[in-house]
Amino acid sequence: METRSEHAPEHIVPIKTYALICATLLVLTLTTYLVAFLDLGPFNIVVAIVIACIKASLVVLFFMHAAYAPRRTRLVILAGMFWMMLLIGLSLADYMTRALPR
Amino acid sequence: MERTGSLFGHFRDLDQQRETASLGMWVFLMTEVMFFGGMFLAYTVYRWKYHDAFAAASRELNVTMGALNTGVLILSSFTMAMAVWASQMRKRNLLCIFLIATMLLGAAFLTIKGFEYAQKFEHHLVPGPNFNFPGPEAEAQHAEIYFALYFMMTGMHALHMIIGEGMLLILLIYAWKGSFTGDYHAPIENGGLYWHFVDIVWIFLFPLLYLIDLHH
Repeated sequence: METRSEHAPEHIVPIKTYALICATLLVLTLTTYLVAFLDLGPFNIVVAIVIACIKASLVVLFFMHAAYAPRRTRLVILAGMFWMMLLIGLSLADYMTRALPR
Repeated sequence: MERTGSLFGHFRDLDQQRETASLGMWVFLMTEVMFFGGMFLAYTVYRWKYHDAFAAASRELNVTMGALNTGVLILSSFTMAMAVWASQMRKRNLLCIFLIATMLLGAAFLTIKGFEYAQKFEHHLVPGPNFNFPGPEAEAQHAEIYFALYFMMTGMHALHMIIGEGMLLILLIYAWKGSFTGDYHAPIENGGLYWHFVDIVWIFLFPLLYLIDLHH
C-alpha cells in the first residue's frame, strides 16, 4: 500500500518568530493606545481598526499557523472573513440609506 | 475504532489526521466569528446612530485597565503558542509549564475584568433600574445602549475565557500524563487555536469599546 503522505509535514515555528510577533503585538497595542489621545477627526477610528486588523492578522498567520497551513484551511479562513464583511457591509448599506426618522 | 499507535483507522497517515483536526477547528472558529459578528454589527449600527452618546459613555471606562488587559492577553497567547511548540518538540515539563502560565495570565485577565465590572456597578453604569448617566434624558438612554453592548460583548468574551480556562485544565491533566508529547498533539494545537481566537476578539473589543473618544 502506498504510504507516502500527500499532506505537508508539520511545521514547527521557531521560538524567535513567536517572541518577535509577541513583541510586535505589544508595541502595536501601545501605539493604538497613544494614538487614541491625538485628535485625528474621523481618522481616529480608521487608525484604530487598521492597527487591530494588523494585530489580528499577525495572530492568525503566526500564532495560529495560517501562514503554514494547507490552502483549504486558508480558504475556510477567507470564507469566514468574507461572510463577516457581507454581514457588516450589507447591513450598513441598508441602515445608512434608510429615510427613517432618527 | 481501530487504532495503530496514535493513528485512528479512518485516516491514512498522521499528517492527514492532524490536518483534518485542524480544519475542523477552523470551521468551528468561523462559526464563532459569525456569533461575535452579530454583536459587532449591533455595536457598529448603534455607534453610527448615537455617536456622541457612545463617545461620552466610552469615557467612563478605565482605559488603563483595558490596555493592561490587552497586554496580559497577548502574553497569554505567546505562552499558548509556546505550549504548542513544547508539545511539538515533545518536552512534557515545558508543555505543562506553558499551559500553567497561560492559565495564570487568563486568570489575571479575568481578575482585572472583575475589578472593572465592580467599578461599573459602583458608578451606576450597569443597564437596568439603577442605571444613572449624567446629561440629557436621550443621551442617557443611548449611553445605556452602549453599556448594554459593553456588558454583552465583554461578558461573552469573558465566558469564552472561562471556558478556555476549563479547557486548559483538562489539557494540563492529559499533558502531565504525557498524552501530547508523542505523535499526537492535536488537542494542544486546537486548544491553542481557540485561545488565540479569543485573544483576537479582545484585540477588536479594546479599541472599539475603550478608545472611541479619548482626545477630549
